[in-house]
Amino acid sequence: MTIRELIDTGEFEIIHVGERTDRSITKPFCCDLLSIAMGKAPEGCAWVTVMGNMNTLAVASLTDAACVILAEGVAPDEAAKQKAIEQNITVMKTGLPIFEAALLIEKRLSHEDA
Amino acid sequence: MKTLEYDLHIHSCLSPCGDDDMTPGNIVGMAALKGLEVIAVTDHNSCKNCPAVLHFAEKFGILAIPGMELCTSEEVHAVCLFPTLSKAMEFDGYVEKKLIPFPNNVGIFGNQFIYNKEDEAAGTFENLLINSTEISFDGLWDLVRSFGGVMFPAHLDKNANSLLSNLGFVPPDSRFMAAEIRNLNSLPELVRKNPYLERCLILQNSDAHQLGDIKEPGLPLEVEEKSVEGLIAALLKGRSE
Repeated sequence: MTIRELIDTGEFEIIHVGERTDRSITKPFCCDLLSIAMGKAPEGCAWVTVMGNMNTLAVASLTDAACVILAEGVAPDEAAKQKAIEQNITVMKTGLPIFEAALLIEKRLSHEDA
Repeated sequence: MKTLEYDLHIHSCLSPCGDDDMTPGNIVGMAALKGLEVIAVTDHNSCKNCPAVLHFAEKFGILAIPGMELCTSEEVHAVCLFPTLSKAMEFDGYVEKKLIPFPNNVGIFGNQFIYNKEDEAAGTFENLLINSTEISFDGLWDLVRSFGGVMFPAHLDKNANSLLSNLGFVPPDSRFMAAEIRNLNSLPELVRKNPYLERCLILQNSDAHQLGDIKEPGLPLEVEEKSVEGLIAALLKGRSE
C-alpha cells in the first residue's frame, strides 16, 4: 500500500500531504519517545504516535518514515505543521488509540499480501 | 527584600534548535540591553557554552548562572542551575556520558556550536544534544543537589517534553520547589489539578531560541541577596507566604 492509497482510504484526517506519495508503506510503527524512535523507526514505516511536536517531524525525516499518524485526537501544534510542510512529510490524524490506528494499517498491508 | 529581573532559560547556538546568532556575547549583550540582572544559558544536555557566557556576563556587569536544560530518560525537560562554573562543568561531564550517542544531522536539527571567549565558534558538538539521557526524573533532584545545584521542571504547560505532558502528573515524592510555566493564565488550572505546585515558586522564562525572544523585565524575583547564591537559595526555598 502506498501513502496515496492510505490517504485515499479516508480512514485518517489529512494534515499535510508530502512528497513521494507513491512510496510503499513497509509497516506500522508505534512509539512516543523520540529518542527511541530515532534509532528504531523502520524505513518507510507509518509512524503512529501521540507526540505532535516539531521534533516528531524531524525524527520522521531522519529515519525516512513514509508518514506520521497522530493518534488519540492529538493535533500538531503550529510549529509541527510548519515542519511537516518544510520537510514535506505526509501527516494525518485520528481519534483512534495508537494500537487501533496501527492495526488498521497492518490489516490493510496483510490484506495485500494475502 | 531585594529583587532580580531574570531569565533563567535561554538557548545558545550550542542547542541545535537555537539560532546561530545566539552566541554567548550576543545573548549577554541583549540581556543587558533589555535590563535583565540575571540570566542562565541552558542548552540541551550541555554546559559547554557556559564558560563564554560567564565571561561576557562579567564584562557586561550582569549575573549569569551556569546551567543546562536536561532531557531525562522520560523526555521530560528540567532546568538545572549550578553555583559555580566548575560544578556545572563537572555535571556536564557526567551528563555527556549518559547521553544517547546519536550523531547530529545538521541539515535536520541544526548546528551545535561551542563558542570561545572571543565570541567565535571554536568547535562543534558531534552527538545530537536534544536526545534523552539515561538520567531518570526520579533521581534528578538528588543528583543535581549532589553538584550543589538546583532543578526545576521546564515549561510545565507545554504539550511536549514537560513533566505534566510526559509523566501525566507530579510524582508524589518530588522535591522541586520552583516550576516554570509559559502562560501565567494557565496557572490556576495547573495548580488546581496539581496541588503540589502550591509550594512552588513559579518562574516565567523565555526559553528563547532567538535573540529577540529573550525576556523583557517586569516580573522580578524576590531574593535575600543579589547574587548567584541568593538566587539559588530562592529556588530551593519555594514560594514565600
